[in-house]
Amino acid sequence: MLVKVVSKNFDIPNSHKLEVAKDNGRYSSIEKLFTMAPEDVIEEVTKSGLRGKGGGGAPCGPKWKLMPKDDPRPAYLIVNGDESEPGTFKDRQIFQYDPHLLIEGIICSSYAMNIHDAYIYVRGEYKWFIDRLNEAIKEAYEAGIIGEKVMGHDYRMDITVHRGGGAYICGEKSALIESLEGKRGHPRLKPHQKECEWFFDNPATVNNVETIATVPFIVEKGYESYTAYGTERSPGTMLFAMSGPVKNPGVYELAFGNKMIDVINKIGGGMKEGKKLKAVIPGGSSCPILTAQEVEKAVLDYESMWDIGSTLGTGGMIVIDEDMSMIDVAKNLIEFYHHESCGQCTPCREGCGWIDKILAKVLAGEGTQKDLDTILEVCETMNGKTICVFAPAVKDIIKSIIIKFKDEFVKEFK
Amino acid sequence: MSKFKYTPENETKFQEQIKKYPNSNSMMLPALWLAQEQEGWVSPDAMIFVADKLNKSPIEVYEFATFYTMFNLKPIGTYHIELCKTLSCMVMGAPELKKFIKETIGINPGETSEDGLFHFSEVECLGACGGAPMFALNGQYHENQSVDSLKNVIEECKNASKSSK
Repeated sequence: MLVKVVSKNFDIPNSHKLEVAKDNGRYSSIEKLFTMAPEDVIEEVTKSGLRGKGGGGAPCGPKWKLMPKDDPRPAYLIVNGDESEPGTFKDRQIFQYDPHLLIEGIICSSYAMNIHDAYIYVRGEYKWFIDRLNEAIKEAYEAGIIGEKVMGHDYRMDITVHRGGGAYICGEKSALIESLEGKRGHPRLKPHQKECEWFFDNPATVNNVETIATVPFIVEKGYESYTAYGTERSPGTMLFAMSGPVKNPGVYELAFGNKMIDVINKIGGGMKEGKKLKAVIPGGSSCPILTAQEVEKAVLDYESMWDIGSTLGTGGMIVIDEDMSMIDVAKNLIEFYHHESCGQCTPCREGCGWIDKILAKVLAGEGTQKDLDTILEVCETMNGKTICVFAPAVKDIIKSIIIKFKDEFVKEFK
Repeated sequence: MSKFKYTPENETKFQEQIKKYPNSNSMMLPALWLAQEQEGWVSPDAMIFVADKLNKSPIEVYEFATFYTMFNLKPIGTYHIELCKTLSCMVMGAPELKKFIKETIGINPGETSEDGLFHFSEVECLGACGGAPMFALNGQYHENQSVDSLKNVIEECKNASKSSK
């Protein structure tokens, strides 16, 4: 079941060192890259069907085409490594085991969009990974892989790591840019039509770490090698993370289209201590929860997950066993969202707090049916009325827990 | 005038980093990180210093620093335990670790022990869900933890502080 596109070098000892990385194929796409025209690189990535791996799943090639052509202003690539979605811990594998793959991906992607300056925004808690990434970047500068020339080619490439300060919302691309501009991480209003992002009024593209790390494979081997994996509508592979009471939690690269239950049982080793699976939150905590019956049917690709009323998100599955109270799960998650709401929009800032308080009441045995109705009403008030998708995500997860596990809440009523 | 100043080494780091951005505003996070690495927290003096350096008013820096939870706006203990409390860690036993910290060190989240040795924070997801439950000790991740392993870590910290005295 396991495949190796992005994770190819993860198991090789010292794969983060330049010498070892080069021996194992790193930077081998660069020669071919410079024989291609930039627009051909974008075309190749578009045909590969590569999608954003940070949770949104937007097609990568079309996003790159939004960068204005012949614009005199400098353009920027901003790599989103602010991995903070609960249940998601895949980008750190790339920082830890194959930082040179990320650098190679940045070179390929920047060349495609005529970009010379890239920033990697990494969450502040990942200090150890930031140090490792910086070491790799230093090695790359010293070896002439980046800098004034890229491996002897007349192309300047500078890469800077920017350390975050512990704010979940900075994983939202426009909040990330605000943060990079030295401001509070408040998401920006979306434009009416699709356009690129703006960094100090200069055109910019924001891509997830794993997305960028997939580009060298596509450049070197051609889009057909990538579409050979996965399904027709969700081609390729993804780093799926699994956590909770399974025997082998971890990060596994899989083609799209595997059955979730097979992944949990065959790769995750099944439930610990013979416990029964109760639910799975499929792609980071912001995706609607799946009951055990739904998990049996779930297939890990974008469309299949939409079909059963959830989303694939970041691919970070949180498995929950029979011993866990779903009220505790809902309370835990709403505390997270209450803490992390940036506070810009009233429905989100206040709504998260209200739900948190009401759930505390239910947990204390003081709840009534009316409280659940109020929570669902608050969820509707939060949905679609805020600047970013944080509040709709809260609605998705909280509402799905309450509706699918209503009996557990009712049992606690006074 | 601020009483705070970067060490010569940090001043060099600051000057190196500022060259990498099209606008000095981008230095807000890096500049505060340098201050926190130097003193263990971001003091009002350090904020005034950063404001002067980046041509901002102190209140702008304060407004920024209060948004990002990793900046300590008060001095904290020598050893900062950040225990992850989010879902995967909760499911895998973080509440027991929290209880143990309360029992052995006697502090609740947000508190520093009387001897100034430990500071305890309960934090949201640290991106180590596969190694749940986990905590970070002065930023270093400790994954797949149990009450026993936490006990050892606490003992090690106590011994290290005794031998350094």
